[in-house]
Amino acid sequence: MVADKIRSLLGEHGLLGIDPLGLPVAAPASDDECALLLRTASSQSWTVRIEGSGTWIPRDAPADLALSTMRLKGIVDLSPPDMVVTVGSGTSWTELQTSLANDDVWVPLDPPGSERSVGSVVACATAGPLRTGFGAIRDHLLGLTLVTGDGRIVRVGGRVVKNVAGYDITKLAAGSFGAFGIITSINLRLRAVPRADATLIARGTRDHLLDAARGILSSGYTPGALELLSPAAVAGTEWTLAVRLLGSHEAVAAERSAVGAAAGMQFSSLEPSDAAEFWRDILARATDAPSTLRLGALTSSLDEALDSIAHHLDESCNDWIAANVHAGVVRWSGDAGVNRIQLLRNVAAHSEMPITIERGPWSIRSELGHFGAYRNGTDRLVYALRNSFDPSRTLAIPLGREP
Amino acid sequence: MIPPEALAALKAAVGPQWVKDARAELDTYATDGLPTHGSLPGAAVIPGCKDELLQVIRILHHHRIPAVARGAGTGLSGGALASSDAVLVVLTRLNRILKIDAENRRAVVEPGVVNARLSAAAEPFGLHYAPDPSSQPACTIGGNVAENAGGPHCLKYGVTTNHILALEVVLPDGELLSLGSPSGEPWGPDLVGLFVGSEGTFGIATEITVKLTPTPTAIRTLLADFTLLRSAGQAVTSIIAAGSVPAALEILDHNTIAAVEASIYRAGYPTDAGAVLLVELDGMDELAVEAEARQVEDLLKSAGARSIQLASDPAKREKLWHGRKKAFGAMGRLGSDLVVQDAVVPRSKLPDVLDQIGEIGKRYSISICNVFHAGDGNLHPNIAFDQTDPDLAERVRRASTDIVRLCIEAGGTITGEHGVGTDKMHYMPLVYDADTLGAMNRIRHVFDPLELANPGKVLPVHSCRG
Repeated sequence: MVADKIRSLLGEHGLLGIDPLGLPVAAPASDDECALLLRTASSQSWTVRIEGSGTWIPRDAPADLALSTMRLKGIVDLSPPDMVVTVGSGTSWTELQTSLANDDVWVPLDPPGSERSVGSVVACATAGPLRTGFGAIRDHLLGLTLVTGDGRIVRVGGRVVKNVAGYDITKLAAGSFGAFGIITSINLRLRAVPRADATLIARGTRDHLLDAARGILSSGYTPGALELLSPAAVAGTEWTLAVRLLGSHEAVAAERSAVGAAAGMQFSSLEPSDAAEFWRDILARATDAPSTLRLGALTSSLDEALDSIAHHLDESCNDWIAANVHAGVVRWSGDAGVNRIQLLRNVAAHSEMPITIERGPWSIRSELGHFGAYRNGTDRLVYALRNSFDPSRTLAIPLGREP
Repeated sequence: MIPPEALAALKAAVGPQWVKDARAELDTYATDGLPTHGSLPGAAVIPGCKDELLQVIRILHHHRIPAVARGAGTGLSGGALASSDAVLVVLTRLNRILKIDAENRRAVVEPGVVNARLSAAAEPFGLHYAPDPSSQPACTIGGNVAENAGGPHCLKYGVTTNHILALEVVLPDGELLSLGSPSGEPWGPDLVGLFVGSEGTFGIATEITVKLTPTPTAIRTLLADFTLLRSAGQAVTSIIAAGSVPAALEILDHNTIAAVEASIYRAGYPTDAGAVLLVELDGMDELAVEAEARQVEDLLKSAGARSIQLASDPAKREKLWHGRKKAFGAMGRLGSDLVVQDAVVPRSKLPDVLDQIGEIGKRYSISICNVFHAGDGNLHPNIAFDQTDPDLAERVRRASTDIVRLCIEAGGTITGEHGVGTDKMHYMPLVYDADTLGAMNRIRHVFDPLELANPGKVLPVHSCRG
């Protein structure tokens, strides 16, 4: 019945098929189609599962239908002189960067995972190692189109680099896992591809490398990436500190010698092709295990954060961990049950370290919520905001333990 | 118009000397930095600490009296104006820097801390607070958060929202909430990002955790002058395309140069130039920044610069910046009133838009001075005039509207850093449709169901759907 309704609303092409859970998969091709579908779902009290390319969040949430962004695909508008691109949320992140490279521009962001859609990167607010030098996804977003849970089209921000007209709904939507609506298109700020790009690595004990990384930061230098990686993340036997330097040839040469001196240790330099492979492999390995968590900590508290993760989730020390030393973000991928994650979340919250479940099976997401350690009073605010965008709770996104 | 029992409660909370309700005292608070709008508040209350602020908000909520937060009053959108039935809550006494945490490159401050004072306090640690609005010596961090303030160096470092890690806020009903965590990672959806730039309509930030940025050790400032304003605009595009990210890229047009050079702020800019372009490059290494400066110098020459001055030592750099920093002051001499626009256009449209702004000036027989953040495409067309001349005032109003429409048609927006306030509210339907404005209005009601926080600003309620 739901499938028939999708056909009647979007036409034959709008129904992609039936997924392994038996859900009809709808694929609207425009904002208007998306709005029509969500208005209908909202009025019929259907629940909707959002999916991009299906490589990050598994397609396992129970719902009445799945809404795929795969037909909201492609670069809508690219202006290299203005350093801005508008892209459909169903576009693959890799394809976007490949096409931008033809114009010598890029989005300096390297989210973990592979073959992810741009919508997934924005909705989950997943930044990678380059967050050190260039910021999180929120820092690259100029605007977006959101189709709310009740089927209204909200276009916020714009295609200019500065914009303070009205409330910043762009930031609310980024990192909300789709709880407020489906992101259909995204305006991103671009940068010119740096002329020089060098990767330095050092191996050793976790604590020694962490000290070295802090030494680099205290010298005043901020590399493009400064990432502490677990043995599993580099498919090796030791912890690794990886430094990526980006900029002009002169700036990279200067940073290369400054970094070595400030860290007080020797780094080896990777050849460009090896460096690209090194980073790509690390990011791809994030999805080898079923769940990924993101923990925020101060640079000075990273030891505690890493100890807590080791204690609660990774006793045998063989999980994928990438710690962004400057931004104070630790990302862990592994296999752990609800109780252990909940315990870690509680412990971390006491130390003012939020944990976001970036991906995981439905059993974990539904039980724990992507968030779920709200500070006093903010949960009420979040649920009221959600209610104003999705009053019928059409979108099956477990933000936290909701009333 | 504020009920006597409410005034009495406010006086009991903060001390009678910190509640202003006499006409003469309130005059000071009738305008912010925008001279074309004014409104006398019912009262002004100046709490001395967070506890007093919370009491004030709770008293006002109890009496259903609207509250309008105000920092230093340097805003340029009429955002900190309160009507006679509202109380202005002045935050300048909440001015403590609570923590400078150099290891984690962050600071925690109260909202009334002056922007430049924070950078000065961070200086011994080799750090600074990057967003630098022109009003930096006076404006407060709380005001910067409310407006999502920018500044010349935001081209490289980002605007206020890119530098706020966490906020403690008091909602209009008096509830105290903390948004964001010490590291900047959110506990849930990005409420810090949503709050920044909400112009005081969601509540008041009581504590602000900001990022501090290492202070660059190598700096070069270049000043190039061009026969045509257009060429200066094209130089900006070529510098960005070449992969350079200057700390600042600022343009002053012919009229602005003339105003500066005729004033006490004379900077030695060539008065026959169509425009001057200021470029600042910075980094941690002298050789690298010097090499970048040479590359930019070549690009400026190719774009048609007549002469280029390059400075590295602080005194010479300051001299090159002097005219830019004093441009608003210099324009103040040209007329008794000054309209400062704040539109943004895609950078590539700058040359065409600037030409058309010149045409608009001719059409209405007014002189428009352009001084702006060219790297961001953030225009500040300024019109000095005399408000007591009704014909002139009307021409200025119509020219301003034409400029805003022109920028929107070019793919831009109505405000880049000054905020909507009262001044630009009627332009909001030009950039957002009714559903988008409706979504904003619903968000506002989540924070402030009784419309007690800075009511009547930002959103034109009649244009909001749903």
